[in-house]
Amino acid sequence: MKKNLNHFSALIFALFSGLIFGIGLILAGMANPAKVLAFLDLAGLWDPSLGLVMGGAIAVGLVAFTLAKKRTRSFLGLPMNLPTSRIIDQRLIVGSLIFGIGWGLAGICPAPAFVLLGAGSLKGIVFLIAMLIGMGIFEYIENSNK
Amino acid sequence: MTIDWLNFTPWSALAGGVLIGISAALFILLNGRIAGITGIIGGLFKPAKNDMGWRVAFTLGLIIAPLVWQGFQTLPEISIDASFTLLMIAGLIVGYATRYGSGCTSGHGVCGIARLSPRSIVATLAFMGTGFLTVFIVRHLLGA
Repeated sequence: MKKNLNHFSALIFALFSGLIFGIGLILAGMANPAKVLAFLDLAGLWDPSLGLVMGGAIAVGLVAFTLAKKRTRSFLGLPMNLPTSRIIDQRLIVGSLIFGIGWGLAGICPAPAFVLLGAGSLKGIVFLIAMLIGMGIFEYIENSNK
Repeated sequence: MTIDWLNFTPWSALAGGVLIGISAALFILLNGRIAGITGIIGGLFKPAKNDMGWRVAFTLGLIIAPLVWQGFQTLPEISIDASFTLLMIAGLIVGYATRYGSGCTSGHGVCGIARLSPRSIVATLAFMGTGFLTVFIVRHLLGA
């Protein structure tokens, strides 16, 4: 019973975390692709706002992750799934370089794509579907290389 | 470099960033999970028992955020200049590459840097670098 209760509360907190994340993106202006591109346009009229978004998020995150690293279980008693890999390989670098190209073309990264769906933006939904297909293609290629 | 003072929104940007940080903090401290969207969605492509619910719940939270927002006030402007064709190309690239590089702006850029992960610091420098470069090429060299 207690286990089921914890499982249920974990789902509620996951939903709540996603909601806060989405509200943060909207408030920050990250859900507006034009504003994201204005940040990436250093040579044009530059809008530094998104630097402050990253700064604010990382500052809070630093405290949380310092605490998280000291624990083996979460406050709900769930295992701490902190990444352990420290290898900087070609996949990490090439993947990130290419992601930046896609980000720079549309001004949309994965989290805001879901917010755009909820906002009913047709163009956002087209991007989201293409993004999910891209992830599916990755999965397919990975599986056939096994 | 010319700063666009008219559109610079330091306070809402900082407040939004803090909310994103609080979300990531709650998610790691309560659920024991990294608030990295690429990883969260990626896991949905290879269904495992007892591993789907939290992924769906977090994603649902992102999707309902604008609906909850609209319960209190109107949504800020959403402006997408890219054509449908360009959005499809960009979407495919972002989907494939974030999975290939194991993360995006949330997982590497926010959580990874906050964990002081060398991998995420390198990844963030890489995608920010090509992000800046791409916009420079598109807007100032191609003049689109």
